[in-house]
Amino acid sequence: MSRELVLGAVAYDPKVVTIWNGFRAWFREHGVDFDFVLYSQYERQAEALLDGMIDLAWNSPLAWVRAERLARRRGLELRAVAMRDTDRDLTSVIVVKADSDLRTLDDLRGRTVATGAIDSPQSTLLPLALLADAGVEAEIQRHDVGVGLHGDHIGGERDAAKALRAGDADAACMIDSNLLLFGREGVLPSGSVRVIGQTAPYDHCNLTAGPGVQAEEFVNLLLSMSYADDQARPLLDLEGLKQWLPGRTDGYAALGATAFYDQDGGLNAAGYRP
Amino acid sequence: MPPVIDLDGLGLDGGAHLLIEHALGSLRPGESLRVRGHHPALAVHLAAWCRAEGHVYRPDLVVVKGSADEERWAHAERAGQATAAVAERAKLEWGLAARGALVEPGGPALDVDWAERDHVWADIAPQLYAQANANQWNPATVVDWAAPHPVPDDIEAAVVQIMTYLVENEQAALMIPARMLSRLHPHYREVMQLLAAQAADEARHVEIFTRRALLHHDVLGVSGAGGRSSLQSLLDEPDFTLASFLLSVLGEGSFLDLLRFIQRHAPDQATAQVTMLAGRDEARHVAFGVAHTAHVVRSDPAYLSRLRGAVERRHSVLVDTAGLNKQVFDSLVVLAAGSWTPAAVARGWQEVQHLQHQMDEGRQRRLQFIGFPDDEAAAISALHTRNFM
Repeated sequence: MSRELVLGAVAYDPKVVTIWNGFRAWFREHGVDFDFVLYSQYERQAEALLDGMIDLAWNSPLAWVRAERLARRRGLELRAVAMRDTDRDLTSVIVVKADSDLRTLDDLRGRTVATGAIDSPQSTLLPLALLADAGVEAEIQRHDVGVGLHGDHIGGERDAAKALRAGDADAACMIDSNLLLFGREGVLPSGSVRVIGQTAPYDHCNLTAGPGVQAEEFVNLLLSMSYADDQARPLLDLEGLKQWLPGRTDGYAALGATAFYDQDGGLNAAGYRP
Repeated sequence: MPPVIDLDGLGLDGGAHLLIEHALGSLRPGESLRVRGHHPALAVHLAAWCRAEGHVYRPDLVVVKGSADEERWAHAERAGQATAAVAERAKLEWGLAARGALVEPGGPALDVDWAERDHVWADIAPQLYAQANANQWNPATVVDWAAPHPVPDDIEAAVVQIMTYLVENEQAALMIPARMLSRLHPHYREVMQLLAAQAADEARHVEIFTRRALLHHDVLGVSGAGGRSSLQSLLDEPDFTLASFLLSVLGEGSFLDLLRFIQRHAPDQATAQVTMLAGRDEARHVAFGVAHTAHVVRSDPAYLSRLRGAVERRHSVLVDTAGLNKQVFDSLVVLAAGSWTPAAVARGWQEVQHLQHQMDEGRQRRLQFIGFPDDEAAAISALHTRNFM
């Protein structure tokens, strides 16, 4: 087989096949061949990137943190080469019922806080870090849906929201965009919840190039995809972006500060079975 | 100072984005809009909404308009015109968009065969469709199924045989427009609507003829192989205009006379009613077939030879088949005779001869209207299937 780049992605949803098949065809039409392989969870993909089985990985923020540590331990270097415009400057929020007497994070001391899956940066790790930074110890009610998908599966987050609504939890954690989504869906009817905590902005997924991988041609073509291109636009819509941006890595510090992985990229979270 | 939109207490989880988008509509990409409001989650919502929509969010509730919306519609075009004449050629890329809608490019192209006006159109189509709607009827109430029934058994048997024959013909007449409309570009929607109405008409005819056949007996008549071969040859015609010509102009055209004949000689009220109702619908189908075929011939006079070729082809396929089955023909004689005396049968026989003559005249008249010279119209009419449809 020719030496075309191989990209790894995690199949968190059947649409992932449609997305990458579409990208592959679009790239081929524009003179760049690549292939893709799908993983059922991010940990194996991160390891495959380091082992050279794939050249590029569409990484969750958590997968980036781990892959980067695995590389550093081996004296290698990874590069975040691209990300979506929608991957930048996200925040997570902790919400309570609008009519509750909970006003500040401090009020959550000893209360039940619903989160998403164990490995969800946006609905578990980062909001819990926010609580920990505030010195608050709460009862954590985790909703482990799609473990190994690093929170790409919305189910855990939605279950946390439902738990809040049902009165089974005092607070729920979610990404800002899902607060809006759940409001529109009616999972959390408009005006029914109040935000009492919000993380600092952080970044989400990125496209990571493996050690020594020459991906300039691929990345330049990717960054050139325009929303005005009638063939590219449906793909961009599916993948949830208007514009590809160069990768940046300074938005992962807060996630890196959590103890989900050890410093060498080993799995460190009790009960995590991807 | 950027323009300001005041949302009052409305949240983006309750429709506030409509107000923001409305205000952004008058701005160019890169220009700012200041948002005011007192929904408690406004800042959180607005930042997330801007990110998803490709706008830039500035922390003091300022939206910098992005270019995604302009880019999405940059190459959009209208799917023809909503109120003017239909397009000569409908683009497959218009897909299922309404005629005249602004079509965002990039959607799936339609997989249809007929996308040219002159291949499918007749100017009378909108009018016929309106008429089809105005003349809908309910088989359950419009026919007096409970009327007294004085028909002798041997005449009733003839009615049952004729109804059995009509049902199989109507089934062919249902399947053909149903097939045609799925291959037609919906830009020519009046034709599509008319074909859909036609299929619905035929579905109803299948029902009323079946119901009349089973009104007093629970056994139907026979179905001859020759008759079915004739109908199959209609189903096998793949071309829109040729199928319309064979089915509606020649077949349903002949049926107009046949239905009138049955109505005139009907031994009971239900038989008269069902044939009258079906005949009214069929007249509309014939009108479209004739108008459409004439339209095609006007735009391409050489098309006459293709029409003639289609009839000749069908004739040669059917030349060795029996055509109309004996039982149907005999039943028509018995129906017109009204009894089994020699004098009555002689009269019935003459009536059926006259019917065939009328059908031939009607076909010739329609062929002449379409553009055939008289002698050619006579020759083509003579080649029409013996099965009438």
